Amino acid sequence: MPEFWINMGPQHPMTHGLWNMKVKVDGETITDARPEIGYLHRGVEKISEVREFQKVIVLTDRLCYVSSITWSHAYCLAVEKMMGVEVPERGQYLRVISLELQRIASHLMWLAAYGPDLGLLTVLLWSLRERELFLDLIQLLSGARMNQNYPRIGGVRNDMPENFEAMCKRSIEHFLEKLDHDYEKMLHESKIFHMRTQGVGKISAADAVNWGVTGPNLRACGVNVDVRRLDPYEVYEELDFEVQTWKGPDAGDSYSRFICRFNEMRESCKIVLEALAKMPKEGAYRTKPPRRGEGEGYARTEDSRGEALFYVCGDGDDRPYRVKIRSPIFCTMAATPIMLRGNKLADSVAILGSIDVCVGEIDK
Amino acid sequence: MSAPLVPSLFGACYILTGWIIWIIDQILYAIGFVIPPINDPLHALGGWLASPAVLTVITWLVMVLVMTIWAVLLNLLTMMWVERKTYSRLQDRYGIMISVWSLPLWPFSRRKDRPTHKGWGYLQNVADGMKLLQKENLVPASADSMMFNVAPAWIAGTTLMVFAALPWSSGLYVANLDLGILFILAAFSLAPLGILIAGWSANNKYTLVGGLRSAAMLMAYEIPLILVVIALVFTTGSLDPQVLVAQQERALTINGVVTPLPAWNIFGPQILGFVIFMVAIVAEMERIPFDLPEADAELVEGWTTELSGMRFGLVFGFKWLRMIAGAGLISILYLGGWSGPVFYTFYIGNVPIPIIPEEVWFMLRIYLLGIFFVLLSWAVPRVRIDQILNIGWKRLIPFALLAIVIAAAWQMLFNVG
Repeated sequence: MPEFWINMGPQHPMTHGLWNMKVKVDGETITDARPEIGYLHRGVEKISEVREFQKVIVLTDRLCYVSSITWSHAYCLAVEKMMGVEVPERGQYLRVISLELQRIASHLMWLAAYGPDLGLLTVLLWSLRERELFLDLIQLLSGARMNQNYPRIGGVRNDMPENFEAMCKRSIEHFLEKLDHDYEKMLHESKIFHMRTQGVGKISAADAVNWGVTGPNLRACGVNVDVRRLDPYEVYEELDFEVQTWKGPDAGDSYSRFICRFNEMRESCKIVLEALAKMPKEGAYRTKPPRRGEGEGYARTEDSRGEALFYVCGDGDDRPYRVKIRSPIFCTMAATPIMLRGNKLADSVAILGSIDVCVGEIDK
Repeated sequence: MSAPLVPSLFGACYILTGWIIWIIDQILYAIGFVIPPINDPLHALGGWLASPAVLTVITWLVMVLVMTIWAVLLNLLTMMWVERKTYSRLQDRYGIMISVWSLPLWPFSRRKDRPTHKGWGYLQNVADGMKLLQKENLVPASADSMMFNVAPAWIAGTTLMVFAALPWSSGLYVANLDLGILFILAAFSLAPLGILIAGWSANNKYTLVGGLRSAAMLMAYEIPLILVVIALVFTTGSLDPQVLVAQQERALTINGVVTPLPAWNIFGPQILGFVIFMVAIVAEMERIPFDLPEADAELVEGWTTELSGMRFGLVFGFKWLRMIAGAGLISILYLGGWSGPVFYTFYIGNVPIPIIPEEVWFMLRIYLLGIFFVLLSWAVPRVRIDQILNIGWKRLIPFALLAIVIAAAWQMLFNVG
């Protein structure tokens, strides 16, 4: 049979969002692949130039619907650096708590999508069930279930409600118990799961660095890179957590990516609990930022999917002159043909599921 | 020992057909009475209908109809319902976890104080079927329309063919063949041809890959399936389902000591064959670890992508019919078929009614096996095409050959003469 191209998308159960992965197959083996993106381009960078600084947060919230707070936070951080605004300590702790809760929710959404990619629909339902816990916590904090609009320039929108700490502890305790029992049995101990993920979709650490892969995908290659450690922002340097790096053999395959993300959920739980304990019990949670800003500021943060970078340039007006977004998955997408080549057609799903694609942030 | 509810399906259908023919005859005679010129030809027609040869032929048709209704309208719908309820419970879905009445498997709900709905949900599949009936049967412009139309009928037909030879009890069967098991396995393995035809004729890349996967997989699981049946024949000496079940309908005897266990084939040298059969039959049923032709993650909907309307409904729904047939086959071959205690028989007039007839024991096994397969297929991911070929060729076939050797050695050592 001659080689032919198969469109995996844009309307396809594999694509989590609107994009297209063209794969060239020889029988069932992938010989070449070409990602096609741009179906969801909304021009966030350009629209930002005509909106006031504060109002851009509405747009950055919608960069990725499963990880809104992390993106809005990256933008706020960049604007704060440009304006020279200092966030009160309590505000910083609240930000860290919301960021980590959002990271868990985002990783659970990834797990929910990854299960059906392998034909395991039960994980979808279970992950969404657990994700609801964290969405509820975020809702308590910010008032919204999704697109929270929570980080503000100079702090966060509101203080946390009463007995939020107790609810966090209860939810996290329940969640960790589920992770240790249900998920371990369903995924880690499943022979077929190992067969489908181990040694599949490999990318070497050198390739990953060269192509700009970041975040859990890079850490899965054995590279100890975490912006929260390397270039700490907010109060991350005061918190004690372990960067989840893959240390075993077969670095850079689907399984190592799965393990890194999975363990990151546990670490995030720890960070939330620690931040709640260390947090100043009272004090301001935001300062009033200036209306106008001049100069330039950039912030890079550890998004749920990798290194998110915001560059904001102001010319003394109340709106940014230029906003540049560096999306982690946009860069990772360029490296997917390397991961896909030589694998089977069915593996294309397992590989692309494991890198956690979010089309909103790719297409911006 | 056990007793069937229907001692003879043919006998029952013969009586039924006799009544129907009698009613038709009365109508014909009445018409002849009203219109005297055609009285004689109508009488001749009525007499011909009531003649034994014609009556037998019509009885056979009625039997096929009864078995189809029994299998499709009752058991297929029940199996789909059981599947929905079982995996919903496994997945902790909202509706099933808070409703009291929609729990066939576990009568206690976490929140029985506040049930939200009280339906059983049994007619949901009927509603889905009605929806599919109303949909347009689209044929893609570039498809080979004749083959495209034939394929679903082929798959549905071959699946129903299994039920021609699959007995539900010592009385409830359409035809009792000496080589019944062989016929069932042969009818089973015809469906992949239909899948290949459907995949090729739709002229779509996803269906093509799905169809070719089915063809590639066929050998990997059909051969071990046949081989372990050969191993079984070493100890049973027959492929007749009735004989197989009759052999298992006694207490297991080891060295002359009667044990409380029944003499099912699974207890003994056939245990290896049983495991291989269970693995291979999952591929035969096209359920999740091995449902590669219809891998909905990467191939949209696999070979059924281009099918629409009731064509899709047929091939989709008949998957559960194959599941019933597979579970029935397992229970006949290894789990004692329909054998089981009756406990008590009461009489209506002269007709004995067993309180737990053979049909109930058989269906109990089928649905318990069905629940097992449902839980299995919703708890594991799907394997890859090269992995299923590895499993089939490198694991199942050698072990199936080993099962033959074990069965032969067992027969030589313990059952000589």
